[in-house]
Amino acid sequence: MTSIRSTAAQMAEALSAGTITSVELTQAHYERIGEVDSEVHAFLYLDKEGALAQAAQSDAKRNSGEIQSPLAGVPLALKDLLTQKGIPTTCGSKILEGWRPPYDSTVVAKLKAAGVVILGKTNMDEFAMGSSTENSAYGPTHNPWDLTRIPGGSGGGSAAAVAAFEAPLAIGSDTGGSIRQPAAVTGTVGVKPTYGGVSRFGLIAFSSSLDQAGPCARTVLDAAMLHEVIAGHDEKDSTSINAPVPQVVKAAKKLDVKGMKIGVVKELQGEGFQAGVLERFHDGLDALVSCGAELVEVSCPAFDYALAAYYLIAPSECSSNLARFDSMRYGIRIGDDGVRGAEEVMKLTRHEGFGPEVKRRIILGTYALSSGYYDAYYGSAQKVRTLLMRDFNAAFAKADVLVSPTAPTTAFKIGENVDDPLAMYLNDIATIPVNMAGIGGMSLPCGLAPEDGLPVGFQIMAPAMRDDLMYQVGGALEATLLAKWGAPILDSAPLLAAK
Amino acid sequence: MAAISRDDVAHLAKLARIDMSNAELDHLAQEMSVILDAVARVQEVAGSDVPPTSHPIPVNNVVREDVVLPSLSQEDSLSGAPAQAEGRFKVPQILGEE
Amino acid sequence: MALNYDQAVAKYDPTLGLEVHVELNTNSKMFCGCSTEFGAEPNTQTCPVCLGLPGALPVVNGKAIESSILIGLALNCSIAPFSRFARKNYFYPDMPKNFQTSQYDEPICVNGYLDVEIETEDGPKQFRVEIERVHMEEDTGKSLHVGGATGRIHGAEYSLLDYNRAGIPLVEIVTKIVGGTGKYAPEVARAYVTELRDILRSLGVSDVKMEQGSMRCDVNLSLAPIGSGSLGTRSETKNVNSLRSVERAVIGEVIRQANRLEAGERIVQETRHFLEESGQTRPGRSKEQAEDYRYFPEPDLVPVVPDSAWIEELRATLPEKPSNRRKRLQIEWSVPDKEMSSLVNAGLLDVVEETIKLGAEPTRARSWWLGEISRLANEREVDPTSLITPGQVAVVISLIESGELTDKLARQVVEGVVAGEGTPADVITKRGLKVVSDDGALMTAIEAAIAAQPDTALRVRGGNIPAAGALIGAVMKATGGQADAAKVRELLLKHLGQGE
Repeated sequence: MTSIRSTAAQMAEALSAGTITSVELTQAHYERIGEVDSEVHAFLYLDKEGALAQAAQSDAKRNSGEIQSPLAGVPLALKDLLTQKGIPTTCGSKILEGWRPPYDSTVVAKLKAAGVVILGKTNMDEFAMGSSTENSAYGPTHNPWDLTRIPGGSGGGSAAAVAAFEAPLAIGSDTGGSIRQPAAVTGTVGVKPTYGGVSRFGLIAFSSSLDQAGPCARTVLDAAMLHEVIAGHDEKDSTSINAPVPQVVKAAKKLDVKGMKIGVVKELQGEGFQAGVLERFHDGLDALVSCGAELVEVSCPAFDYALAAYYLIAPSECSSNLARFDSMRYGIRIGDDGVRGAEEVMKLTRHEGFGPEVKRRIILGTYALSSGYYDAYYGSAQKVRTLLMRDFNAAFAKADVLVSPTAPTTAFKIGENVDDPLAMYLNDIATIPVNMAGIGGMSLPCGLAPEDGLPVGFQIMAPAMRDDLMYQVGGALEATLLAKWGAPILDSAPLLAAK
Repeated sequence: MAAISRDDVAHLAKLARIDMSNAELDHLAQEMSVILDAVARVQEVAGSDVPPTSHPIPVNNVVREDVVLPSLSQEDSLSGAPAQAEGRFKVPQILGEE
Repeated sequence: MALNYDQAVAKYDPTLGLEVHVELNTNSKMFCGCSTEFGAEPNTQTCPVCLGLPGALPVVNGKAIESSILIGLALNCSIAPFSRFARKNYFYPDMPKNFQTSQYDEPICVNGYLDVEIETEDGPKQFRVEIERVHMEEDTGKSLHVGGATGRIHGAEYSLLDYNRAGIPLVEIVTKIVGGTGKYAPEVARAYVTELRDILRSLGVSDVKMEQGSMRCDVNLSLAPIGSGSLGTRSETKNVNSLRSVERAVIGEVIRQANRLEAGERIVQETRHFLEESGQTRPGRSKEQAEDYRYFPEPDLVPVVPDSAWIEELRATLPEKPSNRRKRLQIEWSVPDKEMSSLVNAGLLDVVEETIKLGAEPTRARSWWLGEISRLANEREVDPTSLITPGQVAVVISLIESGELTDKLARQVVEGVVAGEGTPADVITKRGLKVVSDDGALMTAIEAAIAAQPDTALRVRGGNIPAAGALIGAVMKATGGQADAAKVRELLLKHLGQGE
């Protein structure tokens, strides 16, 4: 019997078998949202009317025998930094309050073309800057495992929606870990595809050379199915890769890692990692070994500098990307009293419209790009990027994929780190190298930390354009762990399981 | 210790067109100093023999044909405008250079 | 006592630098598919990309790269094997992203030169103007200032923005410093911009209309005491939008700076605006500190790496250098210098050459384009080349040469074509503009003229040949100007016993 707790693949099958309609499925999800979202606050906007119309259209097509894509009729939650024509898009920022884009992002266009039903827009750290979703101008999202804790960030809304069964699938974006870290702390699956694998057209830029949209799901196969819908070359994005999309669905179904070499990154499992996180990570390693994979230790010394380089590159690019929010063409406008000039109004609007973290990064980036400082900061950070890529190349010469814990800790308490930006930045220590090198990364659950009973994420990193390898390893690991646990990990989420 | 003064932050805020109170400037100057101290370590490893990487995936020469494609309508172009008049974006007076 | 120009250049040596912005004539914008057509309703040639909407991404127009390389090749530049776009960050409401996508330290073409010739007291002299770089960038939108006393920016109550022009491809051509011109700095500046304009026109990459802003020039100028061997502080004069203004701006700045220096004042490094009416410059808003543009490589675009085979392919298509072509045509057509420059300045060289290629005699071709057609164009305030084709002009000239049209009839034919009545043949048929050369019809008119002026006829019979003019005039009038005047004269004189 299909329910909101089914996987997306099961829902797709039921739709195709005619045991449920897309309208029923969509309504069931809105009911769930109605029940739990006042507590979780995963969504910023619900497009009930549009979604039900989409669902009805999908049902009509199915009835008329039209061949549809595998995910047609399955509902999805969309991170609020992808444009959807006519639907409010805020990026979690006050400065974009009320803005309705006049165009669809390529990801949305592909979702629509595939008949996927878009339920609404999910909460996020303002302009994707953060690791906790506390930086949203519209209030934090709560972790379905423990409402007093953060759901990760920046894509906490998307991950929480999937974890709380408000949507079987969601789209996130990952600049330094914004898909993977929320997946880790909510017990879900999140994938950052190879840079250029999914079009960035219509993805509101935080850091252009790092941003990448990707799937959020409850299983590796579901993520793969969504991955194939949104990936592919796009002429509107100059950095989009013009090559066939890796066959990730096929890879996720293989469930075979015999003889594969798994590189364990030495630098990502010591100091600063919670004991229970490391313990569960080793359970994951054991599971892979039990499937016939071979572990090799790899060393990536430049990883120690990745965080520092990231916190120069991302703010630098964001200081330029966010310059357009100036109240002239869209968004809110503050202080236009008919006397003040444009420059003054821009300054007031940006003061009111941006939150503290966004301002902090804009100022940091402005500094790093200033003449006289460029070489020392931005320039050096770009060199570290080269070193990181060299480390990855060397490591991938020894191993098919690399693995590490996704995040150093389980979900922390809301408010715990807000006053310490550096401590907050440490959450991304294991995820950032992947963005810097443009390769693919996946997080999937590998158990609950014994000390707090909260989910732990296992990260798999694959070479550029070999996203299929992480799905292959992820699929096998997931199956092995599921067999061991006897039930999906989300069934043990104490709070919402009861609902 | 990278010392960032309030004046430094004020200058950056001006470049970035963000209005800031003195309290905000002071607070940010303090934070910036701490953050810059932490990120300055990028200078330790990257020698002059290391080329910078700005694009993670090496691709060159992506161009499009010189073909006119449909534009947005005037209504759609102006749909987000806080104010408009005569088919144009209406903005506060622009002071300064022509 | 203020120094005049001659006194100024007797004491100070000017050094020039010229930055020319050219709008390319591509069909679509630099980074998106919006049309570049001039004169559309505001904000109708705009899309998420050129409006800088959140999420939009640029894709480079391949034709713009090709045009830039052609310009570089024509200016003897090296084409960079690796070139990139950067972001130039500064806030201005006419710039939708608050950064301009431009090229910074990795331009597409570098290190070229252009030789120009000027007239000096010692005869023609050649100067080599070295080119530092040719780079690509995008234009800004246009602002309209409403309210206030003058409509200028100060005192405006609000501004209106139209982004149709935002993102139109621009190429900026920057010279190295041009020294050693001495007092000929104004002439060298003008000759350089003129030659550059002609080259760009011959390449077909831009409309190069300075008055419409598709070509704009900034003049940098500094003075140093003659023989000092040093360089002075420079000013940058913007808004110089005609060839004559280029020359006048240099003169104006030389005089202004020389007089400041004479008075013991410093030259401030600043942006100045050229004033068309007075030929002087006025300061722009002084900047409190040098703008910090925080350039960095544009992460949304990938590098431009032109392969050498393509560059050679483009090089092979380069047209003859305009200065060489002018010299060649001037000799071929035996045109006086002054008329040649009129043709060039009027932008009529191509159409005249085309008309001549189609068989027209060079002198007639020139005089029709410079004369009647230019006159009609002036009346209508349009470009002469938009009124009539070289082919049509060649047909009209051939009909004059064969005697089928008189000059007067030919003017009517041209007027008809310009008025949209069709081809020359159509106009001739519709308006019935045939030369009357039928003997019978002419004789009737001649006899009528003699009958009307018997005394004049008598004088002609008596050998007073010039008196025949009055009778010929009467015949021409009677035939509505359509008679072949030479034929009338021949028949008339024969009839009055004066033929051979």
